[in-house]
Amino acid sequence: MAEMTYLQAISDGLREEMRRDEAVFCLGEDIGAFGGAFKVTDGFIEEFGADRVLDTPLAENMIIGASIGAAIEGMKPVAEMQFADFIACGFDQLVNVAGKLHYRQGVSVPMVVRLPSGGGFSGGPFHSQNPEAWFIQAPGLKVVAPATAEDAKGLLISAIRDPNPVCFLEHKGLYRHVKGEVPEGDHAVPLGEARVAREGGELSVIAYGSSVPLALQAAEELDEDIEVVDLRTLNPLDAESILASVEKTGKVLIAHEATRSCGVGAEVASLVSERAFEWLDAPIRRLTTPDVPIPFSPPLEQAVLPQLDDMKEACRELLAY
Amino acid sequence: MKLDAASTSGLSEREGTDALTRDDRALLLRYMLLMRLAEERGLALYKQGKVPGSFYDGRGQEATCVGSAFTLGPRDRMCILHRDLGAHFVRGVTPDRYLANYMGREGGVTGGKDGNMHFGDRQLGCVGMVSMLPDMAQVAAGMALSFKMRSEPRVAMTFFGEGSTANGQWHEAMNFAGIHRLPVVFVLENNQFAYSTPTDLEFAVDPIQRAKSYGFPGVSVDGNDVEAVFEVSRVAVDRARSGDGPTLIECHTMRMHGHGAHDDMSYVPDEMLEEWSRRDPIELYVRRLADEHGFEAAEIDEIRESVASYVDECAEKAVASPMPDPQLATAGVFAERWEPLGDGEAPWSRWSQADQGAAGSANGHAPPDGDPGKLVEHGRAA
Repeated sequence: MAEMTYLQAISDGLREEMRRDEAVFCLGEDIGAFGGAFKVTDGFIEEFGADRVLDTPLAENMIIGASIGAAIEGMKPVAEMQFADFIACGFDQLVNVAGKLHYRQGVSVPMVVRLPSGGGFSGGPFHSQNPEAWFIQAPGLKVVAPATAEDAKGLLISAIRDPNPVCFLEHKGLYRHVKGEVPEGDHAVPLGEARVAREGGELSVIAYGSSVPLALQAAEELDEDIEVVDLRTLNPLDAESILASVEKTGKVLIAHEATRSCGVGAEVASLVSERAFEWLDAPIRRLTTPDVPIPFSPPLEQAVLPQLDDMKEACRELLAY
Repeated sequence: MKLDAASTSGLSEREGTDALTRDDRALLLRYMLLMRLAEERGLALYKQGKVPGSFYDGRGQEATCVGSAFTLGPRDRMCILHRDLGAHFVRGVTPDRYLANYMGREGGVTGGKDGNMHFGDRQLGCVGMVSMLPDMAQVAAGMALSFKMRSEPRVAMTFFGEGSTANGQWHEAMNFAGIHRLPVVFVLENNQFAYSTPTDLEFAVDPIQRAKSYGFPGVSVDGNDVEAVFEVSRVAVDRARSGDGPTLIECHTMRMHGHGAHDDMSYVPDEMLEEWSRRDPIELYVRRLADEHGFEAAEIDEIRESVASYVDECAEKAVASPMPDPQLATAGVFAERWEPLGDGEAPWSRWSQADQGAAGSANGHAPPDGDPGKLVEHGRAA
């Protein structure tokens, strides 16, 4: 084990897979000599060469489309969107080509799209989004959103090995603020399995990404019997883990930084109401960003992104219900 | 056939037709006829109400897709579009599977998952198109990127219409292919209309002129002359295979039917259709085979008859194919494992001769160890 930041863990997982499998290569904007906007591929070009750490033109559909073609032919591309927001410019290739090829023609497309996502640093409306729900509405894409350093490495390795297109959401706010012990060498965390991040019996906070550390901190500060479930994979959802926690606690708060309507929270709430209604002791609650673009100015941004006090307040209300 | 002198840098002028044997020529005619008759049968099935949705064909464009696809070796890859049925046939798809696909039957190439021309047989080295154009140009570039990264002398070929050149993804694909000199051949089918929009409302400058700005040659050719298309494609494929990068080939042709069967083409001037009907690619080639290559009328008739009876037989098989099990509608969204594409048929005599002579090295070397592509065993040359 070694202590790493979330960002170092992503680099470590990617480097590990590139060493292990020559078919793995990276492509994206400014990932080579510059090492990527967030330095995830810092030093990669020296180790792996410019062919496997491929600086691309500013052309997101090309990045995704070329990844698809290479993946079909047996390569394992890991494409970096400089910011998750820019997947909008590559969306057509992702949802219409990559997502549907196996269903339509039995052609598997083993590729990963790394998506630095999330706000909290005055990135404004085009550098702060959490677009995960876009992908879940497009059948054929797996969607992963780690919250810890260990999972960031382990889920990335599994995503690279998966024979499908995987959207890998790495929250920028976690990059350097989250640290943890990470297994060295080969470390794969299976896709599709949630994790109980904190055991509890009175309230389930179902969260992922940046909302997981927020929920854990709230639970500690409140010193209440709160369970925190880290979804880790958003598609396919680990329904059984969600339901098991709800059965235990009877109260559900779903927390994510993405906007509210038709988000992951809405899907989890539906799942719980359809399959765990009898166990509920309180209405299902959601803590999310409201349906607005992410504003630039710090007080405006803080007003919309879920904060620690919002999390504590939502927990308190449900515990008191 | 005259190449566009302004845009042929790196390409030789057409050097006659010595790359084709007499049997190759008979095959070119056979594939064009197969496309024509299979599409006529498909249209008949549509009119009988057996085809859900609309019906799309490539009447008048047979020479373009057959002539270009005929140059490819087994391990080359294609993304074929909706006016290019002949390319599917060259690579080994049979007409029954094409017709069954149109009817949404179990025996169709996609088993009912997708319709009309939205198919590609992965076992034959093809990745089927999507409706968004020209998306497959990016995918073909990506396949070519993998060939280049692994130093495999293989080529990707794809098609798009002149209308697609207006889309930003066309620029993205051309630009990327040019930067990395990818082994990809782009076949631009200029069939005069993007649905109903004429070329003068699609671009101010003929897109073939843009090839130069991407750093690779562009060549215009008579898309209704199958041997001319074959020859420029042969040169382009050889260039790509030897590491000299992409080529844009513009085939001037005419879409002789509407965009789909629902389209009456009222926007096309009658005289334009009349002019192009005098240049029908199949009849042009029949005349050339008789005049220049000594094909007897009886021989041509025999080819026509055998293709017609083959299409009859295939249509019967397609109509007999059952509808798919509704339970399959939710199956196959995700893959359980990666599987390589299979290889396409390569009927051009060059490939079978090379196979016999070089024990499977006709289309390049074996990929290096550790390369997943090595799972793709060479050798489906017809």
